[in-house]
Amino acid sequence: MKNGILPLLGLVLSILHAQYPPAEEILKKIDANLVSKNRVAVTTMIIHGRRGSRSVSAKSWIQGDEKSFTEYLAPPREKGTKMLKIGDRLWMYSPATDRIIRIAGHMLRQSLMGSDLSYEDMMEDPKLSNLYNAEIVGSEELNNRDCWVLELTARTTDVAYYSRRVWVDKERSLVLKENRYAKSGKLLKTTEVKEVFPVDGRWYPKKILFKDMLSKGKGTELIIESIEFDVPIPDYIFSKAALRK
Amino acid sequence: MVTLKLAYKNIIGAGLRTWLNVVVLSFSFVLIIWTQGLYKGMNQQASRAMKEMELGGGQFWHPEYDPYDPLTLEDSHGPIPEELQVLIDKGEAVPILITSATIYPDGRFQTVQLKGILPEQSILGLPTGSLRNGQELPVLIGTRMAKSANLDIGDYFTIRWRDARGVFDAIDGKVVNIFRTTVGAVDRGQIWVPIDRLREMLGMPGEGTIVVIGKDTVVPEKAGDWVFRNLDYLLREIAEVIRTKKVGASIMYALLLSMALLAIFDTQVLSLFRRRKEMGTLMALGMTRGMLIRIFTLEGAFHGILAVLVGAVYGVPLLIWFEKNGWPLPDYADDFGMALGNTLYPIYGAWLVIGTTLLILLAVTIVSFLPTRRIAKLKPTDALRGKIS
Repeated sequence: MKNGILPLLGLVLSILHAQYPPAEEILKKIDANLVSKNRVAVTTMIIHGRRGSRSVSAKSWIQGDEKSFTEYLAPPREKGTKMLKIGDRLWMYSPATDRIIRIAGHMLRQSLMGSDLSYEDMMEDPKLSNLYNAEIVGSEELNNRDCWVLELTARTTDVAYYSRRVWVDKERSLVLKENRYAKSGKLLKTTEVKEVFPVDGRWYPKKILFKDMLSKGKGTELIIESIEFDVPIPDYIFSKAALRK
Repeated sequence: MVTLKLAYKNIIGAGLRTWLNVVVLSFSFVLIIWTQGLYKGMNQQASRAMKEMELGGGQFWHPEYDPYDPLTLEDSHGPIPEELQVLIDKGEAVPILITSATIYPDGRFQTVQLKGILPEQSILGLPTGSLRNGQELPVLIGTRMAKSANLDIGDYFTIRWRDARGVFDAIDGKVVNIFRTTVGAVDRGQIWVPIDRLREMLGMPGEGTIVVIGKDTVVPEKAGDWVFRNLDYLLREIAEVIRTKKVGASIMYALLLSMALLAIFDTQVLSLFRRRKEMGTLMALGMTRGMLIRIFTLEGAFHGILAVLVGAVYGVPLLIWFEKNGWPLPDYADDFGMALGNTLYPIYGAWLVIGTTLLILLAVTIVSFLPTRRIAKLKPTDALRGKIS
């Protein structure tokens, strides 16, 4: 009897699995949806701390995966602070001290403006297909959207998060929820897309909640106020000289 | 001998004026010895504690290691050279692997230095034996770290780090012991775990950042490209702090001493003026100018000798009391950056007392001699008439 059930179960599972599209293809679609040649975005970060919430607004110029330049617009205390990322190097300019400092080593682990994001989160390669092997583990409904559930396991040994579980909108190829895990399997961070909006023929996250699962904070909301894709960005923006301008 | 007796009788005969000078001078004398003793005690106390808890008999550093540049920490690890591994195997040295990590005590975020050490070591005074037990990750911390992270023995907290390849990893550690030390450099912002576990966690088998050698260990001439830092180098900051403090203190000594010496100088000048007839009489009786100069200089110098004696009367019990009971330091003394603890015990060496005594006697003698040079030009007839040029 037992000998009959096991092959049958295997057959059912393989039939079910055959209904899934290739996971790598889903990853590529996610990357294609999010990544662009360049983009300019205005964002607001709402940091929910223990003593209340505060907002930080910024404008970012991003070119591919390698270069980005961010200027903080508000609150007055952070206004004029700028950050430049070129490849795996990150610099920060503070108008209060009129100094440019390189963020490296242990400083990368520190919180970005007190949020649930660290500087090293900014340094990550956004293309998941470059870093992970994917496997579809199920199909679930999330926020009334039909989603694929994907398990991502690091393909290379030098990736920040060893594994991730992502919920991908089947129709829009957009990650709606993500859990990031340590090598030991401990859940480190979660991101949840609370709102999406159509822009230039694609769906893009409008409001994302980041949460450091090891800390007791209530998370950080990132709201994309406006975004433009494939607009020309002058080269001088991505230079250290631009930090002081 | 006559000169000596005469000088002594004169100075004692001056009464209150002498004793006032002597008491003021003795204050300077006792204060100089006391302060110098405090600095010596500070130096020895801090050095001893640092050697016991942190420095051992010196350290070998990975070539990239620079404790003043945390940005180098990620690259400052490597396989331990064979020469040092031999010492480690014999128990004459202890390896330490250092990396930076983030801890989340009670859900709060704190950046720390994560240090791996051999639990069996006896080179440093850290109670690393408590790291031997447990399936969980045992963690040893100091009282300052425990206070800042609000941790107690038995508490669990999450540690997050990046391994040699940059991959995030996290595990819960358990506080197995909290040690108390005056050396903040092994306590503040640091957590200690067994080195084998840390090597495994970081993916750095057999690696270390520094190797601390024992006090009596013979230092190998070469250990790969690792750099040996001797105690003079490792303690140079303390020596510099003490040197700076001594310079500041010497200004205070100079002020105190100059006040006392000025009083003696004034006394001498006044004495020469008031005792013109006495000088004339002594010269008429056959005393030479040189003998007169000697008498007056000796009178002045007696201030110094009496100051030493008077200073000894109240200074010796006072200094002995301080040596035994120490000087209590305020709580914020911990932030001075020196391993001093709650009480500072002064150390008075023989050379300190002898040196200070000789310095004061010499200064008093010179100050006493200067006004007496006028006697060299003194005519006995003018002196008898009460004139002095």
